[in-house]
Amino acid sequence: MAKPKLALYWAASCGGCEIAVLDLHEKILDVAGAFDIVFWPVALDFKYDDVRHMEDGSIDLCLFNGALRNSENTEIAHLLRAKSKTLVAFGSCSMEGGIPGLGNLTTTQAILDFVYRGSPSTVTTNGGVFPETHTTMPEGDIEIPQMNGTVKALDQELDVDYYVPGCPPQPNQIWNVIEYILSGKPLPPRGSVLGAGTKTCCDECTRERKEKKLKKFYRPYEIEPKPEECLLDQGILCMGPATRDGCGALCPKANVPCRGCYGPPPNTMDQGAKMVSALSSVIDAQDPEEIERILDQIADPLGTFYRFSLAHSILRRVDIHEKHQD
Amino acid sequence: MPFEPKIVGFLCNWCSYTGADLAGVSRIPSAPNVRVVRTMCSGRVDPSFILKAFLLGADGVVVMGCHLGDCHYQEGNYKTIRRIPFLKRLLNGFGIDPRRLRLEWVSASEGDRFAHVVNEFTEEIRALGPLSLPIHREARTHQPEHAHAV
Repeated sequence: MAKPKLALYWAASCGGCEIAVLDLHEKILDVAGAFDIVFWPVALDFKYDDVRHMEDGSIDLCLFNGALRNSENTEIAHLLRAKSKTLVAFGSCSMEGGIPGLGNLTTTQAILDFVYRGSPSTVTTNGGVFPETHTTMPEGDIEIPQMNGTVKALDQELDVDYYVPGCPPQPNQIWNVIEYILSGKPLPPRGSVLGAGTKTCCDECTRERKEKKLKKFYRPYEIEPKPEECLLDQGILCMGPATRDGCGALCPKANVPCRGCYGPPPNTMDQGAKMVSALSSVIDAQDPEEIERILDQIADPLGTFYRFSLAHSILRRVDIHEKHQD
Repeated sequence: MPFEPKIVGFLCNWCSYTGADLAGVSRIPSAPNVRVVRTMCSGRVDPSFILKAFLLGADGVVVMGCHLGDCHYQEGNYKTIRRIPFLKRLLNGFGIDPRRLRLEWVSASEGDRFAHVVNEFTEEIRALGPLSLPIHREARTHQPEHAHAV
């Protein structure tokens, strides 16, 4: 029997998801033994044309990481959707927009302006040199991909079969998913989240929790966290209550607050809204002015609560044109 | 056609919903713009409900609950008093005018106050105009998103 065909692709991503796959260590040999790897740009020399020439539905499993930041990401996503029987949004960026999704806090034009003109380390001549998507050369015209106006998660563009969260997904969880698929057991319902739990990060965290009464929030550099006590109890913004479990509470174990990379827990529409809800219940103030003073201590609520899930949140992007000035 | 604000009102069962009922049976005129959703407590109104209301086309959202100290569940409205200003900050970050979200205390005996709040808020939203979210504008243009790229 022919081996099932496996494809791995990176769209707008940092490469961490690929490293997480390699972090399977010697089990990567089992993956290579069990699957016929037909496309994996980071590791093997396949071209897009090779994929274009495959028959539709001929790839059995495609692990797609990275957000849809530019027209190339979107094009290859559609290509791989057509060629794959099972398409998995692999990692935070693909599942929720991830760090590239924070681009939705501003506009594409503003990002290009800063990078090619505004940043203090950029030396500009003649008003700056911007990348052109279309250039005419003596040998002919050349094109590079355009940046999309709004960063999307994979399922905001096309149908996705399964999700594996994490920035990056933890290797033991990746192995669980691959082992499950190889076992030939019936797959869970379409749209399921694989390789993660169904509770919150707090359920996996071993720190001691008391009744929370918060009057002050600290930024991580302002405080030396006590190693045994709940970080949120100590006034450190930890995303644990609004984040799906599955990682083993790695960050709190290292005395660092959870950053929310596993995305919102099940049946939660919006990670930031859930965090607002959770924190509102534990802020210890009843006077409107005091509440405002406490809320003032939370720097960058959008960037903190939606660090990985902004593109997949209910409102999806910031409205720059109508932004209220205060 | 002139703009008629669409407002979603989350009213707590024990005070504000009864207050709205009183406004009705007392025949106190109030603007018809508020679509009322009855909740057991203003503290039951999850912030995601409010965001979803805006996503689905609300121009304004008003949350009404019992006066502080009168909560049927002792402290539900104390959660709300922290939640709404917190959410206003988030809305502001998203580029939505925080005045589009309002928190009011209306007791079961305050039918007149309910009508006053509804009328005042409707006029405030009318002055702010319709809420237009980027996601709605993009859907209307029916163009692939990269067409907007630079």
